[in-house]
Amino acid sequence: MSDATGGARSPYAAVTAEVTGIPLHYPAPRAWWICFGVALLLFATFLVAAGVLFLYGVGVWGNNIPVNWGLAIANYVWFLGIGHAGTLISALLLLLNAHWRNSLNRFAEAMTLFAVICAGLYPILHLGRPWRFYWVFPYPNTMEVWPQFKSPLAWDFFAVLTYLTVSVAFWYIGIVPDLAATRDRARKRRQQVFYGLLALGWRGSARHWTRWRQAYRLTAAIAVPLVVSVHSEISLLFAAGPIPGWASTVFPPYFVLGAAFSGFAVVSMIAVVLRHALGLGNLVRPRHLDLLGKLLLATGMMTAYGYCAEVFDVLYSGREHEIRTLTDRLTGAYAWSYWGAVIGNFVPLQLLWFRRLRSSPTALFLIGLSVAIGMWFERYMLLVSSLYRDWLVSSWGEYHASFWEWALFAGMLGVFLVPFLLFVRALPVISAFEVNEAALEEKEARRNA
Amino acid sequence: MREPAPAGNVFGMIAQFDDPDRLKDGIRRLRDQGYRRMEAHTPFPIEGLAEMLDFRDNRIAWATFAGGVLGAATGYGMQVYTNLDYVIDIGGRPLISNPAFMLITFELMVLFAVLAGIGAMLLLNRLPRLHHPLFDVPAFHMASTDRFFLVVYADDDRFDPAATRAALEALTPIGIEDVLQGEAPE
Repeated sequence: MSDATGGARSPYAAVTAEVTGIPLHYPAPRAWWICFGVALLLFATFLVAAGVLFLYGVGVWGNNIPVNWGLAIANYVWFLGIGHAGTLISALLLLLNAHWRNSLNRFAEAMTLFAVICAGLYPILHLGRPWRFYWVFPYPNTMEVWPQFKSPLAWDFFAVLTYLTVSVAFWYIGIVPDLAATRDRARKRRQQVFYGLLALGWRGSARHWTRWRQAYRLTAAIAVPLVVSVHSEISLLFAAGPIPGWASTVFPPYFVLGAAFSGFAVVSMIAVVLRHALGLGNLVRPRHLDLLGKLLLATGMMTAYGYCAEVFDVLYSGREHEIRTLTDRLTGAYAWSYWGAVIGNFVPLQLLWFRRLRSSPTALFLIGLSVAIGMWFERYMLLVSSLYRDWLVSSWGEYHASFWEWALFAGMLGVFLVPFLLFVRALPVISAFEVNEAALEEKEARRNA
Repeated sequence: MREPAPAGNVFGMIAQFDDPDRLKDGIRRLRDQGYRRMEAHTPFPIEGLAEMLDFRDNRIAWATFAGGVLGAATGYGMQVYTNLDYVIDIGGRPLISNPAFMLITFELMVLFAVLAGIGAMLLLNRLPRLHHPLFDVPAFHMASTDRFFLVVYADDDRFDPAATRAALEALTPIGIEDVLQGEAPE
């Protein structure tokens, strides 16, 4: 009993070979090293920017009174929002039995992990004394003081920690069977040991699969409300600040959908790039790009509804300060961020009504890029245009991000890219066994029809 | 179901198929002959396979539920306890303010539920396990690609080296092999 035929013997083997072949025999080493070099440079920028922050304090940032939330919190919300799409693609579409998710879920989840890490770093760095961030965790300390659980900062800590842990767990148990496949195909000793340890001794027994499926589906079922709660928590964090423009009831759904919107944009970009760089045209087909385009369009239009509802809410309420904040947003010193958001998010998006553009990689990439930037403008707009002119004329002021804030933002892209590129290099980026499972189910459905 | 203890030298016998339907058919036929202690190994989950092997297990759902209850209780209890332990009166607001507490209660419920569910899955599956007698079978590496394996454990009442081999051969698999216990488990 041996593998006499070798090579690809069946459609299943072809898929597994294609996916596990990427970490074992990397097809694009040169492009990868160039990207990795750039990512390392950005990461070094992060280290320097964080070092300067630790050395001199948050004074190196442009934050001031009244705008004490600047780029740091805007980026926090932006990164966390990007993260949500990975969970939604993975968990929601798994529960809805949408098989086309299989070609996208793995790298979308990896994107979630690294985006959540970036997001989690921001509130910590924003603390002023970041090395004491663990004070928000309740542990018996010598000062006999507990964290203030009515404070959004404590909510943040638990929300981000839970979200990160659940994302890691969901991603890891999802990847274990493919790690076993990589282990079984590895020929070099160090690869066998590496993937062998990571695969935990997985051998695909029917009993294992049954339990695995139960755990995977239950985790998915819990992860979807978790996404909603985490981003609603962020909108509560805004609502807890008594600032005009932050306390609308449309905020929780508007934040969650906006988060999914920006995340789908980044997933589209990653899908296009990976498909091109790793030659995954067989697995990530134009059909997947088409479906991503539809998701992007749908969540985009829902976000657009949020924009309209926000304006309507303000005008209908007739509250003076709310109306003034709205006017400031539309015409004030930061009107560029409002109109940047509207144009970036919704103008190129309308091209996605056409199927030809939805399934065109270049068009989808550019529209995704425009949305990612547009959503960044939106987060900036929500923060700064509310804060810079609040209730009293005496507390009006302007905010301009300092060099070190921009440096930290650039560095944070490195914090995202370095582990993501390592993931692309070393782990199966597509869920091969789920693609095969779906293929078998389709075959059976055809036979029974 | 426990796997055969390393009492004898033989762990079981394994047959290899190239199609999930032939594997299912093989299980059905062996069950008709009275074999009960069997296991299938497949590259991806196959609907109905575990049921054919008489396997039903809801303990993961229960573990998840228990984790959720414990998490919610921990989250809520922790906040109530700390607020009573160190009283801060902020403008006369209630010490136990449920709306503000619900968020952390929910988050910890989710966290504990997921960790309990996944922990139970690993525990019941006896993972991680870095060595297993089946890994010594030369063709077993294809179990993660496109081959479907049927194992008859040596502690099955009807297990007999010659008779079981004949029963497996009647299923016309690609190959049959004996599985030895190998080195003693640690």
